Amino acid sequence: MAVLTMAKAINTGLAVAMREDPKVLVMGEDVGRLGGVFRVTDGLQAEFGEERVIDTPLAESGIIGTAVGLAMRGYAPVCEIQFDGFIFPAFDQITTQVARLHLRSDGALCMRVVIRVPSGGGIGAVEHHSESPEAYFAHTPGLRIVTPSNPVDAFTMIRQAVAHPDPVLFLEPKRRYWEKAEVDVTAALPPSIDLFRARVVRRGSDATLLCWGPMVRTCLEAAQADTRDLEVVDARSLAPLDLATIVESVARTGRLVVVHEAPVTGGLGAEIAAAVTEACFYQLEAPVLRVGGFSVPYPPARLEDIYLPDLDRVLEAVDRAMAY
Amino acid sequence: MAVDGGPELVQLLTPEGVLVEHPDFALALDDDEWRTRYEHLVMVRRLDAEATALQRHGELGLWAPCQGQEAAQVGAALAMRPTERIFPTYREHGMAYVRGVDPVTLLGLFRGTTLGGWDPAEHGFNLYTIVIGDQTLHAVGYAMGAQRDGAAEGVLVCFGDGASSQGDVAEAFVYAAVNDAPVVFFCQNNQWAISEPLERQTRIPLFKRAAGYGFPGVRVDGNDVLAVQAVVTAALERARAGRGPTLVEAFTYRMGAHTTSDDPTRYRTTAEGEAWRLKDPIERVRAHIVRSGIADAAWLGEVEQRAEALGEHMRSACRAMPDPAPASMFEHVYADAHPVIDRERQWLVTYLAGFTDAPTAGAGAGVG
Ligand SMILES: Cc1ncc(C[n+]2csc(CCOP(=O)(O)OP(=O)(O)O)c2C)c(N)n1
Ligand SMILES: [Mg+2]
Repeated sequence: MAVLTMAKAINTGLAVAMREDPKVLVMGEDVGRLGGVFRVTDGLQAEFGEERVIDTPLAESGIIGTAVGLAMRGYAPVCEIQFDGFIFPAFDQITTQVARLHLRSDGALCMRVVIRVPSGGGIGAVEHHSESPEAYFAHTPGLRIVTPSNPVDAFTMIRQAVAHPDPVLFLEPKRRYWEKAEVDVTAALPPSIDLFRARVVRRGSDATLLCWGPMVRTCLEAAQADTRDLEVVDARSLAPLDLATIVESVARTGRLVVVHEAPVTGGLGAEIAAAVTEACFYQLEAPVLRVGGFSVPYPPARLEDIYLPDLDRVLEAVDRAMAY
Repeated sequence: MAVDGGPELVQLLTPEGVLVEHPDFALALDDDEWRTRYEHLVMVRRLDAEATALQRHGELGLWAPCQGQEAAQVGAALAMRPTERIFPTYREHGMAYVRGVDPVTLLGLFRGTTLGGWDPAEHGFNLYTIVIGDQTLHAVGYAMGAQRDGAAEGVLVCFGDGASSQGDVAEAFVYAAVNDAPVVFFCQNNQWAISEPLERQTRIPLFKRAAGYGFPGVRVDGNDVLAVQAVVTAALERARAGRGPTLVEAFTYRMGAHTTSDDPTRYRTTAEGEAWRLKDPIERVRAHIVRSGIADAAWLGEVEQRAEALGEHMRSACRAMPDPAPASMFEHVYADAHPVIDRERQWLVTYLAGFTDAPTAGAGAGVG
């Protein structure tokens, strides 16, 4: 057991994956000598060399496009996009190539590519450093999207993502990078199917709070602060969604509030609401409610506390759900 | 370690402050003009140091220092007519200063009170662009517009050595070339893109890339305010005359950290910094104007006082800068009324009004 921050847990998971499989590469801007702006790749170039830990030119389309070629050649690149807002120059490569080549080659080409993205807000950053772009990618068939909410999951999930034959977008809640937990760094790797399982992180009976990444802690705090008996489910996987776990929870509680940082409009909450309504229509005591960012570009840092869902916003939605 | 710009470097004022001739570029300044340049450089360095200090004191979330690049920025901005548009990155505080953007206004973006801060048309100075390289295409389009208006007008766009790798920048070169767009690509090669040295971006000097696109490229000593102005002036004249784009590579050095979040000791040597310190853009101007009697100690002292006053102005004005009202995040998202915006704004206002302890409930200042 070791006490690790989430950043260090991912770092440790990457190191383990690289030791186990010489085909695993790490590539991105400033990931080598600097160890990444969040130090998630710290020490990897020193251990594995410049051939395996590549400081790429400043070009995101290039990072992903060359990762496609490396994957075709049997390598397993783990790409870092420095910040969420800078994934868009690579949008074309991700959505038209990475997501489709397995299909177009009738399964002959594996896109074993992991795209790590420090995501979400809450760190007082300047523009383009606080985005939650998951909905764009969840809308794209062919991609898998996972996001850990704590160091223990981060250590396991990054290794599972690297081992997986499909492309995986790995969203790292950057404001939780420095939170610590005890991690068993010798634990065997659970089967890959576990990567796509949601987890009930707090049992409750009055309503379900479904969240992921940075919002899991927010929802747990809200549940702890409230007198009602709230269940908290960490989705962990956004594509595919683990509807079985989600539906099982909602069927018991009868109420669902989905909480995410991304704007509510066209967000994943809408997809979840539709799926849950279909599956639990007769168990629902209230419509599925969504708490998320407002439908505006992520605001300047001095307004982010208002923009981001917090304990009060979550509980306000619970109030509404209970009032039906 | 890149310290020497090589034989193709255009230089008119040596690091020792000696004027030298160049076969292709010349610029004569009168005493007043020399003093203006010196004062600009000192003010910009002060502005930058003050903003860095404000970040350290928690008043700004971040600052991207321009220390070491003052001459490149001041020289290029002075080459332009006030009506000609500049497209900056996020580090062009020196250009902003020359264009009359109040340094306090610049702080808003870094303090987190605004995503922009000024009206681009008012200062002929576009908004800062954080996504690397995007603005190069905007500048080309803007220049294509000037071309269609029949205006003898140049446009200048800034980008870094790292940005030179972006696809958008390559596209901007192509678009500018095939359209003979009146644009000057002004690349401040400060040798680093965060932790990555120039070798991670290119294997030929950046100015030579222009040849592959079919327009001229020039490498100028970016720490020489006179040479930068001369070279950019020539490029602008070419643009205004309808002869198309030029790439100007200003060979310079980022003396400070990438931003206040960065720790350059992790990736570069102090020896490199020392070598570049000898090429400081301000020292050479001071040496020249003192030696040639353009400025005396008394005047230099006055400039110091004005710089100090600027620092004080920034300190007090920054601390007094109010947080934006919460509902302001809904303003200007669209030019026309929008039902989702109206609904969400109304919801937020009502929601915040429900807190008796509004500020501690995360409502911030200016609720309602
Ligand atoms: C598209 C994009 N990718 C990554 C970043 C993160 N980033 C900000 S500045 C920077 C380095 C820029 O280097 P350069 O172009 O040389 O300009 P400099 O900062 O040295 O002035 C990087 C990678 C970004 N802002 N935009
Ligand atoms: Mg640079």
